[in-house]
Amino acid sequence: MNGLGVIKGLGVTLKHFFMTYVDDFRWGRKRYYTPEGIAHRMSKDVQGITTVQYPEEKLPVPEEFRFVPFLVYETQEDGTNEYRCTSCGICAKVCPPQCIWIVRANDPNTGRPIPDPAEYAIDIDVCMGCGLCAEYCPFDAIKMDHNYELATYDRHKNNIYDKVKLGKPVAYYASIRPVNYAREEAARAEAEAARAARKRA
Amino acid sequence: MSEQTKLAIDTDLGYIFSDILRRDERPGYEGYIVKTDALVAFATALRDDIGYDYLVSVTGVDYPQDGILEVVYHVRKSTGGRPLNFKVQVPREQPVVPSLVFVYPGADFQEREAWDLLGIRFDGHPDLRRILMWEGFSGHPLRKDWREAYFEEEGKPFKSRWPEGHFARIEKRNPFGKNVDYPAGFDPESWVPEPETALYAGLSKMERQGDETGIGTESIILNLGPQHPSTHGVFRMAVKMDGETIVGLKPVMGYLHRNHEKIGERNTFLHNMPFTDRLDYFCSMSNNFGYALAVEKLMGIKPPERTEYIRVMMAELTRIVNHVAAIGFLLNDLGAYFTPFLYAFEERELILDVFEAVSGSRMMCNYFRFGGVARDLPDGVLERVRDIVCDRLPRKIDDLELYLTNNDIVRHRAEGVGVLTPEQALAYSTTGPVLRASGVPYDLRRADPYSIYDRFAFDVAVRYHGDVYDRYLVRIDEIRQSIRILEQVVRDIPEGPIQEGKPQYQVRVPAGESYGRVEGPKGELGFYLVSNGKPNPWRYHVRAPSFINLTPLECMCIGQKLADVIVILGSIDIVLGETDR
Repeated sequence: MNGLGVIKGLGVTLKHFFMTYVDDFRWGRKRYYTPEGIAHRMSKDVQGITTVQYPEEKLPVPEEFRFVPFLVYETQEDGTNEYRCTSCGICAKVCPPQCIWIVRANDPNTGRPIPDPAEYAIDIDVCMGCGLCAEYCPFDAIKMDHNYELATYDRHKNNIYDKVKLGKPVAYYASIRPVNYAREEAARAEAEAARAARKRA
Repeated sequence: MSEQTKLAIDTDLGYIFSDILRRDERPGYEGYIVKTDALVAFATALRDDIGYDYLVSVTGVDYPQDGILEVVYHVRKSTGGRPLNFKVQVPREQPVVPSLVFVYPGADFQEREAWDLLGIRFDGHPDLRRILMWEGFSGHPLRKDWREAYFEEEGKPFKSRWPEGHFARIEKRNPFGKNVDYPAGFDPESWVPEPETALYAGLSKMERQGDETGIGTESIILNLGPQHPSTHGVFRMAVKMDGETIVGLKPVMGYLHRNHEKIGERNTFLHNMPFTDRLDYFCSMSNNFGYALAVEKLMGIKPPERTEYIRVMMAELTRIVNHVAAIGFLLNDLGAYFTPFLYAFEERELILDVFEAVSGSRMMCNYFRFGGVARDLPDGVLERVRDIVCDRLPRKIDDLELYLTNNDIVRHRAEGVGVLTPEQALAYSTTGPVLRASGVPYDLRRADPYSIYDRFAFDVAVRYHGDVYDRYLVRIDEIRQSIRILEQVVRDIPEGPIQEGKPQYQVRVPAGESYGRVEGPKGELGFYLVSNGKPNPWRYHVRAPSFINLTPLECMCIGQKLADVIVILGSIDIVLGETDR
């Protein structure tokens, strides 16, 4: 106990301090506010300061990142949006905090259910972002979003997402989750082909 | 332990104690049912003669259809092996069980919890007060006939959500101002809360009698917390002090209590998975692991090979995350304000990036499924893990050690502070780094291996002084051992499927009980489940390490200075989300 430990420890702090400047000089202006600069600060080789200047800089989110869910729709040729959702209710059943509310539509003539929800609401105050709805949806109709900036001034007015507010086009889904999208489309094409083959046989 | 030895011990127990216990013969259950009045004698014999010196968990189950409340004990041998469970059944109208505090001091908080939540009286318990709810709370929430505010149905999924799920805000059904019932004659305006006499009375028995100087001093009572920057959350310690020296300490908790277990019993089995993330929010992957093991044990399934490797990888990364954070917090408590903490968090963030890429969330991972994991590792993750554990972490941990381990201030403040002897550590049922820093080399990954831990070469970290400094060192050692395991995982991980059978959202769980546990970063995290074959668990109990590790807090703090209490608490490494549940 002669104070050597403290001095050695201070050496580590000092190294950390200087490495920030070394890294800054090495990278120049590119270290901040550029995608490669952010990637560097997230990498295993980073030395010195690692903080990100949010909101000017944002960390890129990985494909599997999940926040509040959205409903996928496909835009038809006549301009209407057809939701993939069939209101089967699996998402409502699998939701741990039970924040998904679905009203199943019935055909006025036959009284039988039709595969399109009449109402669909998610209380995003209650949603815990677990992603089980997206995981167990058999129709790839509900997916988890990447947008995490959902702050509003009035939660009672703005935080109940209805069918319109939840809806997003397939193209958006394909853009945020390209790998998942490609895999699902391939699986669907395969199933389609198998069905066609069965019909032919 | 081989099946034969296990059988031999079982037969022996049944033979030796044939007059006071019988086998639990309900389908899916195991262990023994002990006669209530013979419980203390049985436990003493078990501890002293048969070697079950380590009480793991005490909890209760309510069976209103049979009119009984059951207390379930799990005991272990500190030399390793499977736990033995035994139960006591008492009538619901008069649930009195002899307390085991004097046989196993570690039963202290757990019996209080069972009293609080289930209303089981433990006869002979020295301080049987409520522990998670407040004094004056009416009823015992885990009884099956107790209903919470905003009660909707006994079990999820609720029928109001589909197919006629017209959205209704829950506050609409139960508007503010009309949502409370007061008992007759109660006026909230003029009500004065009762003084916490019982709490402070508990402190007085530790008071020092007389003083060698002959000058009489008056001890004072000080409340640390619940809002105190050093208590890692909303945790309160009522401290009795003689000058600067602690003469008595009582932890007060439950400020973050949300009755996780009641929620768990309303949930379906799968619903519980994301809820376990919220227990110890630093180690959600480990929490998932323990729960998945418990349910898989009931279902009788095993995950595929690749999944086992992924699970071990996630659990060990979690251990590193937790230990670097714990060291950072400990140094904060020592007064090294935030610099070591932030250095530690740099490493943590890199690992959280991995969790985010794999599971979609940095902290609330919800990654494990029954018989598998949610998804396979995305491209590039394995390389990233390899980069981090093989290249960056070893040198960063060396840096951290150079920075802290021999720092004179750290050593002055931590050495010889908060000593817990091995005997005490075992008696008080501590687990994890707290137990191992006291010289008991007990690690579930070795003592009673689960998953595929028996395949990896690693050492059980152990230190022998039992003080704060050794708890710090044990965590550093464990990080190094985790890195060792991870190196083997990334080397050996096979290709293959990641889910046993088809992924299902409604799993069929046969009736029975199971206790699934992992060596979590904070200690033994156990899940005691009782299923009756329905979609919702009948009983869902969490054996929370950061709750039970607090039992010896008073014993560690007595005789220390006030400033050391903060450090001792920091060295136990608690997370209030798990302590209060």
